[in-house]
Amino acid sequence: MLVSIISLSSIGAASAIILYFIAQKFKVIEDPRIDEVNEMLPGANCGGCGFAGCRNFAEAIVKATDLSDLNCPVGGNAVMTDIANMLGKAAGTKEPQVAVVRCNGSCENAPKKVQYEGAASCAFAHALSSGDSGCPDGCLGLGDCVASCKFDAMYMDPVTCLPVIIEENCVACGACVKACPRNIIELRNVGKKSRRIYVSCMNTEKGGVARKNCSVACIGCFKCEKECAFDAITIKNNLAYIDYEKCKLCRKCAPVCPTNAIHEINFPPRKEKTEKTAKITETV
Amino acid sequence: MKTFQMGGVHPPENKISEKAAIEVLPLPQKAFIPLGQNLGAPAKAVVDKGALVKVGQLIASGEAFISANVHSSVSGKVARIDNVLDHSGYRNKAIVIDVEGDEWEESIDRSPAVIRECNLSSEEIIQKIKEMGIVGLGGATFPTHVKLMVPTDKKAEFLIINGVECEPYLTSDHRLMLEKGEELIIGVTILMKALKVEKAFIGIENNKSDALENLKRIAADYKGIEVQPLKVKYPQGGEKQLIKALIGREVPSGKLPLEVGCVVQNIGTAFAVYEAVQKNKPLIERVVTLTGKSVKKPANYLVRIGTPVNNLIETSGGLPEKTGKIISGGPMMGKALVSTEVPVVKGTSGILIMNEKESHRPLMSNCIRCARCIGVCPMGLEPVLLAQLSANERWEDAERERILDCIECGSCHFTCPSGRPLLDYLRVGKNKVGQLIRTRAKKI
Repeated sequence: MLVSIISLSSIGAASAIILYFIAQKFKVIEDPRIDEVNEMLPGANCGGCGFAGCRNFAEAIVKATDLSDLNCPVGGNAVMTDIANMLGKAAGTKEPQVAVVRCNGSCENAPKKVQYEGAASCAFAHALSSGDSGCPDGCLGLGDCVASCKFDAMYMDPVTCLPVIIEENCVACGACVKACPRNIIELRNVGKKSRRIYVSCMNTEKGGVARKNCSVACIGCFKCEKECAFDAITIKNNLAYIDYEKCKLCRKCAPVCPTNAIHEINFPPRKEKTEKTAKITETV
Repeated sequence: MKTFQMGGVHPPENKISEKAAIEVLPLPQKAFIPLGQNLGAPAKAVVDKGALVKVGQLIASGEAFISANVHSSVSGKVARIDNVLDHSGYRNKAIVIDVEGDEWEESIDRSPAVIRECNLSSEEIIQKIKEMGIVGLGGATFPTHVKLMVPTDKKAEFLIINGVECEPYLTSDHRLMLEKGEELIIGVTILMKALKVEKAFIGIENNKSDALENLKRIAADYKGIEVQPLKVKYPQGGEKQLIKALIGREVPSGKLPLEVGCVVQNIGTAFAVYEAVQKNKPLIERVVTLTGKSVKKPANYLVRIGTPVNNLIETSGGLPEKTGKIISGGPMMGKALVSTEVPVVKGTSGILIMNEKESHRPLMSNCIRCARCIGVCPMGLEPVLLAQLSANERWEDAERERILDCIECGSCHFTCPSGRPLLDYLRVGKNKVGQLIRTRAKKI
């Protein structure tokens, strides 16, 4: 009895001493600030910052001397400034962004001509067919983007068959942008009073061909480009694109679009020509 | 009777049009001739808008190594070179010709006389086949001249001719074997000469006994050609399955049939080779089956390349009521068309019209792990596993599980009791893995 107690406790003591020295030898010294920064981050692990999770991003923040390239889309500028103050570094500011769906090929605008019956995923539908409406660049409506969203910021509208983005929830992590096989979703600056103007079409076919499949397709007619006073609109491959950095939200391009492909979001309704102004223009 | 051992299915044959003799389809008013009609790089157009072309004139040349020439199948004026809807559902470059009259190039011999003698050397034959834009007419449209150029470290022992036509419904090869037997046997001898082989096997499934007898009778006069009856089983027309069935050799994974000393060509290709070498005629027309249970007059037409599918349907009595699906090719491997304006190309072996009832896929439900797909896979793959890997984007694992060996025969999808679209997953997976390998090769 006594022998076993003594032998077991001596083995225990010897192992403890060995383990102590090994622990000393292989000690990992970690910056305690990484944990602190990690605590301050939202912990969504969405990957929107470009790193594999929040902790990885925290390590990068602590290591970096300049924080201007690092941004947490979920926390936004507020969190980044807090972290920068804590670390005594200068924080960069980034315009907040939001995802927009650049396709308006709803069931009504782009009627279905064929029926896809394969695997219910956009990635597969894109690889196997040109889409139910015939538009090779339009939304396939199978919801890969919605499945990829971790913030409940998207849903498929059952009437239009298009994804809808709930702006309040969208953190611009870019998961849906990657999930869409047709590159329809884009991250754009939220803009003043979250007002935005964008071309809601991705079709690069010639105007006539595009219109055959979808009544609201961009036909590359150059009207909006001519109208824009700020060189914000460029037309490439029969498709207009509005640069959100240059756009001054003057709203002149939208009314000239013959197919209503330019969308305005969160603007007050346009003033109808009242009788008074109409009279003035007549007299002039 | 011989057949391949591993896997295979027995879909209903439905060879409705097998008694219909080949008819010449009237010329279209407009021909849409796509530039990319072959596997590999598309050809480059060599005519401009407004040019006057004759039947058989070169209009696009295949400059890349794996590419094939394209010739005008009609005479008339080039209206435009534009993106035109093709059987993929996407718009691709094509030459549109307004048809005027039917004026042929003088060099083409249009007499019905059969020319048996061929005094050209192997290299001259291959050059001729290349000039005439011959591609494999079984459906894969691989340029024939590339297949005939045997690398110096390999040796071809046998030429194998595929007269199996295992796809249900299709009968174009069957009719060709019945009506043009003499010509296509001469085509086989020319191919044998090009490959410098002494022995050729022609494999024909025994549901085509009349074609079998016909070719046997003709081949008796020629040295080294053996016509072999085969037991009916899908997909016997696959290169690797046919080699296994006829001579019992197995092509190793990821290798070409040349590895076991074989070159496989289709019956239709042999006929096209005969016309190209002996009659100087480029590949400008082919036999297309127009069939379907609801079609008024199922038929086999000799169609000029570039004729819209619509013309075939109109000639056969118009589109039947309650049509659900129009398929280019057979029901197992064919592709559903999105429009009837799509032109017939070199690889179009048939147009199948299905009524609404037949055309819908069964409702997809969960996999019940019955392993039937594994049992029927003629390549010994595990389609259920590959489909899962593909759905979860695990491309490296899919590559390790030999996804690239898949011949896309559709047996797994056909046999699945849960109606799972296994072939869809596999097709996408093959594509992605192929891309992955190409980018890897570029990096090194």
